[in-house]
Amino acid sequence: MIRVVLPYHLRTLAGTAGEIELAVEGAVTQRAILEALEARYPALKGTIRDRARGERRPFLRFFASGEDLSHVAPDAPLPEAVAAGREPFLIVGAMAGG
Amino acid sequence: MSGVRVLVGTRKGAFVLTSDGGRTSWDVRGPFFGGWEVYHVKGSPVDPNRIYASQSSGWFGQVIQRSDDGGATWEPMGNEFAYEGVPGTHQWYDGTQHPWEFKRVWHLEPSRTDPDVVWAGVEDAALFHSADGGKSWQERAGLRAIKGHLWQPGAGGMGLHTILLDPGTPARMYLAISAAGAFRSDDGGTTFRAINHGLHSQYELPDPDAQVGHCVHRIALHPSRPDVLFMQKHWDVLRSDDAGESWREVSGNLPSDFGFALAVHAHEPETVYVVPILSDSLHYPPEAKLRVYRSRTGGGEWEPLTRGLPQADCYVNVLRGAMSVDRLDPCGVYFGTTGGQVYGSRDGGDSWTPIVRDLPAVLSVEVQTLP
Repeated sequence: MIRVVLPYHLRTLAGTAGEIELAVEGAVTQRAILEALEARYPALKGTIRDRARGERRPFLRFFASGEDLSHVAPDAPLPEAVAAGREPFLIVGAMAGG
Repeated sequence: MSGVRVLVGTRKGAFVLTSDGGRTSWDVRGPFFGGWEVYHVKGSPVDPNRIYASQSSGWFGQVIQRSDDGGATWEPMGNEFAYEGVPGTHQWYDGTQHPWEFKRVWHLEPSRTDPDVVWAGVEDAALFHSADGGKSWQERAGLRAIKGHLWQPGAGGMGLHTILLDPGTPARMYLAISAAGAFRSDDGGTTFRAINHGLHSQYELPDPDAQVGHCVHRIALHPSRPDVLFMQKHWDVLRSDDAGESWREVSGNLPSDFGFALAVHAHEPETVYVVPILSDSLHYPPEAKLRVYRSRTGGGEWEPLTRGLPQADCYVNVLRGAMSVDRLDPCGVYFGTTGGQVYGSRDGGDSWTPIVRDLPAVLSVEVQTLP
């Protein structure tokens, strides 16, 4: 199972607490994780990826295993530790706003 | 006994204030969607327990929420606001053309007849329609055909902030957009035309005949006379007696004719309220006194209403969507400030009491009069 950690506001919106565990079929990529996440929690559609372009929203970042994966291509395989469920995929609200 | 529910949108969530018809004791619930900007919360006239809210965030974008139990619980609805066809471009600050980009929903206007029908005014300015209670949205692109390429955002963004549904003529609606102007549809929102004749924006628009580009801050009407419109423009308070075909200034003796908020008394169609703000450079009240001005003559002659409002050292603003009235008798008037106060008057504005004092900055105030 893939482990996903959401920022506070998205946990509230999705009505979840703590880590989420997701089954992802095929290659474990950002796109695969986000599509599985949005399928389980439709309220999250548009809040992580922009509705118009499908791109990561500017003030959100993706991390795993101490690495910033925000600029990794959406279909690129994520680190093996994420795919194996040893490390969570972190969706983080950037520090922004002054 | 009838009651009142005041729906408050703030920079950090929504609040629901309720009272019985006496309007002396208030129950305050919230914040709902804490930490998110809530530009607007409005209930259905057909089913008052159905309430729509626009929740947005610079981080997470737009969420539409709906309550079917009077604001006690909420459920996220659809948030896909896709412009029709190729979105095209509008004017940018430097005079170049800039792509239309959805940012947020400023205004939600539920239908007068169908609780599942709701209109949304968005930034970048466009009109959207939902027929399934907010689950899906379709643009009515006829609006942007009205010289949309000449619209340009103002300092607050290019938001469609006001939607008025004509109670006498169901196919008619009025819209207002910052730095674009006022518009009217006579065919249920399919086609529009600009209704800005008589507006003068000397410095912003040197062309006195410019059809679009006027910075309209708010328009309002009384249900019994929907052809009479009142407008708070960036500068100037105006009225139209012919459904927006022409406008004349009624600023009269106001201490400043700059401002945002505007409301019409529930039972007196010639009684109008505004909150003068000193200038567009200084977004606070003249003389640091928070005064609502009331005209009982449809504009022109205005009286300050000060009892219960701070008359020294007051530097709050009252934003365009932050004033509303109830339909009780005497009429209740409510407004919220950027300082987080929501004031209420249960005597048509003669005296005011703070319902709450320390909310986040208030973006919108809507009132439901409950049976």
